[in-house]
Amino acid sequence: MKKVKADPKGVLTGSHYLDGDYALAEGALAAGCRFFAGYPITPSTETAERFSERIPSVGGVFIQMEDELASISALIGAVWGGKKVMTVTSGPGFSLMMENIGLACMMETPLVIANVQRGGPSTGLPTLTGQQDMMQARWGSHGDYEIIALSPDSPQECFDLTIEAFNLSETFRVPTFVMTDECVGHMHEKVVIPPADKIELVERKWYKGPKDKYLPYKLDKDQIPFMIKAGDDYRFHTTGLTHDERGYPVINAECQDVCVRHLVDKITTNADKIIRTEEEEIDTAEIIVISYGITSRVTTKAVQQARKAGIKVGTIRLITVWPFPEKRIKELAKKVKAFVVPEINYGQIVLEVERCAGGQAPAILVPHCGGGVHDPDDIFSAIKEAAK
Amino acid sequence: MKEEDHIEEKNPIETLLRMDRIPHIWCPGCGIGIVVTSFAEALRKSEIDLDKVAVVSGIGCTGRVAGYIKLDSFHTTHGRAVPFATGLKLANPELKVIVFSGDGDIAGIGGNHFIHAARRNMDIMVICVNNFNYAMTGGQVAATTPTGANASTAPYGNFEYPFSLPYLAEASGATYVARWTALHLRRVTKSIQEALTKRGFSFIEVITPCVTLYARRNRLGDGLNLLKYYYEKSEIQHGADTRTLDISYQGKLIVGKFVDKEKPTFLDCMNEHLAKKLGDKYQPYGVNNG
Amino acid sequence: MAEIRFSGFGGQGIIRCGLISGKALALYDNKHATMTQSFGPEARGSACSSQLVVSEDRVLYPYISIPEILISMSQEAYDKYEPELRDDGILIIDKDLVKAKPPRGKIKTYAIPSTRFAEELGNRIIANLVMLGFFSAITKIASPEAMKKALPGLVPGRFLELNIKAFDKGYEYGKEILKKEKKTKSKK
Repeated sequence: MKKVKADPKGVLTGSHYLDGDYALAEGALAAGCRFFAGYPITPSTETAERFSERIPSVGGVFIQMEDELASISALIGAVWGGKKVMTVTSGPGFSLMMENIGLACMMETPLVIANVQRGGPSTGLPTLTGQQDMMQARWGSHGDYEIIALSPDSPQECFDLTIEAFNLSETFRVPTFVMTDECVGHMHEKVVIPPADKIELVERKWYKGPKDKYLPYKLDKDQIPFMIKAGDDYRFHTTGLTHDERGYPVINAECQDVCVRHLVDKITTNADKIIRTEEEEIDTAEIIVISYGITSRVTTKAVQQARKAGIKVGTIRLITVWPFPEKRIKELAKKVKAFVVPEINYGQIVLEVERCAGGQAPAILVPHCGGGVHDPDDIFSAIKEAAK
Repeated sequence: MKEEDHIEEKNPIETLLRMDRIPHIWCPGCGIGIVVTSFAEALRKSEIDLDKVAVVSGIGCTGRVAGYIKLDSFHTTHGRAVPFATGLKLANPELKVIVFSGDGDIAGIGGNHFIHAARRNMDIMVICVNNFNYAMTGGQVAATTPTGANASTAPYGNFEYPFSLPYLAEASGATYVARWTALHLRRVTKSIQEALTKRGFSFIEVITPCVTLYARRNRLGDGLNLLKYYYEKSEIQHGADTRTLDISYQGKLIVGKFVDKEKPTFLDCMNEHLAKKLGDKYQPYGVNNG
Repeated sequence: MAEIRFSGFGGQGIIRCGLISGKALALYDNKHATMTQSFGPEARGSACSSQLVVSEDRVLYPYISIPEILISMSQEAYDKYEPELRDDGILIIDKDLVKAKPPRGKIKTYAIPSTRFAEELGNRIIANLVMLGFFSAITKIASPEAMKKALPGLVPGRFLELNIKAFDKGYEYGKEILKKEKKTKSKK
């Protein structure tokens, strides 16, 4: 993994007052993203608008495609043309991208998709918040695969985590999602953009060996195959079909086993390196509240109330949602009385907590079907109830 | 036989094929292989830098072309070859990007992408092998199936109106449009050669028989006879009005080069427009093949 | 900690008010300031609003619940949002556009002919800046220096001077009112 400094051309160093959507675009530009293909969808459109306004003076391409199917396809094509790429969308558009998210996984194509979530299902609540695509991010495309998903809680983190998403995506050659939501996307706060030489980027894992020895899917020591781009005299092939290390289709169970295991294992075996969480007062906690994104801010308010009321509450904020911090939750389940999981959906990540807790501690959902954030009192009540 | 002798005897197009993947999956009598031969021949004759040529296919029988051509080649998802090619071309403008796919892929599931790429005059070439049905999945009715023809999902005959692909391409903005049958080997080669030298959205439709499904179901004969049938049913009308190119069931096939004009491409328009609007602030893109 | 709502009708620059104040507070007054607004067709009706939560510490809950400051530049916005204003809150209105009910609880009302002032300065479009100057003087939440520093990028460059003039006009008017208020108080 080679690290390089950001290209100052894309970095808008300074303090800004930005909304989350704009911060996503700035994060992408700082991370070296020079190709953006998108389709307008509320509440994510401002990211595309910002990128389209900024890219002409940075040097790169913005193209508004005919739909989200085209957007994600163009992204994958552009990566194989040598660019770092991103798109942004929301629920319905995310659904349309699912098939080719699978293609990106299969071709091991690094790319970043930000999902500014809104209330669903279907057209749902275009202008109001939700966290209802969390499971879709993990399982939305068909077949077995792994992805990485991060969840920012502020415009500042929209910037920071977009850069991290690019770095993870390049490191593991996997689609990486920035799962934010309407509230954070449309909220204006201070965003500090550091100087370019303070932004570390992971360079694409370019192949440098002899050309005739190149195999597109031959694993390197770190399990990640080397990348090349079209036009460099390799005459390589890649496909969405199950393939061998030459990238040639092989339609049988043996090749499928090798191919699929690799797509999954390269993430699961590196989970410890990928996962980032923020823990507070865990050691003494009887109750642990697990939350992510905007909900974690509202949770903090509720937790302050609960601590005042004498309840020993710890918190875990999931910065990385996928892969899930399975080991940590398993470990804590033995020690705590209960997990409380507020999320702006009718129960998604809570299922993962429950699975990891394995019956050792209950996982109590504090649901919100979307359209707003939790009333901190509802989370407080759930904590009180759990502590009884 | 010595190694060198073997190389000497090699068909010149073999250098353009992934011989380690041959035999291919296409049925005997299928026209796709013939179109691939014409394509390889066009590449060879054009003398362009083959390292800068990329082939993108979607799904289907013709979708397998990318897998046999020994160039940078991408076998993508159903219908998405055109937007994939769009991204590839824009990311690396020095590439000559060719979409090689079937009628179901290009005009059916990918129809919307097709018309939009043509509208933008995206600098890519689309070679569409039209066999009048979805062959890979067993001969279902397609957007190109002539009215009256049978298909596995139109067992009583197709009662829909088919697309006329050259008309669709021209109306959408393509700057080069031609149609041939697979047996028009030299014509197909020449069209591909011409399109290779052009900038902008080029579209070449090649009518081929699907021996195993479409032809058998409709009792149209087989093998070379069928290829010949289309060839003989065709009439060359260069410059024909694309509104007159409908294909009726077993009817006359008007072939030829219908459109060949110049128009700034997507990148030309982008660079020119943004430079005008933004002046020195604008960083021209892909101008020096950057 | 303060919760503020700017309200009026579409086209008055109400969202801009929230943006300028938020930027001033977050970047130049060293506060935490989170600005949210209503979106979509529902928000494009006649009552338009932006909300600002200001705090010494990080803002956790991003929306306002019971604002202590309400700025209303239209009757409809006033009618819609006045009931949620805190009992001891501050109400700021454009006196020509809003006819306020008799004050409730300990709410203090401050009125300014912001649109008229803006017209006198040459363009009614800068009424929001007059209002922001007034808001800054009355509430003292955001310093006038910070507010003016926040303007570049949020108002068209060629109108920057005019916007500053409008802000000063509102600010001076606010200071005058406070002075008078002080005098009346001391007389009492």
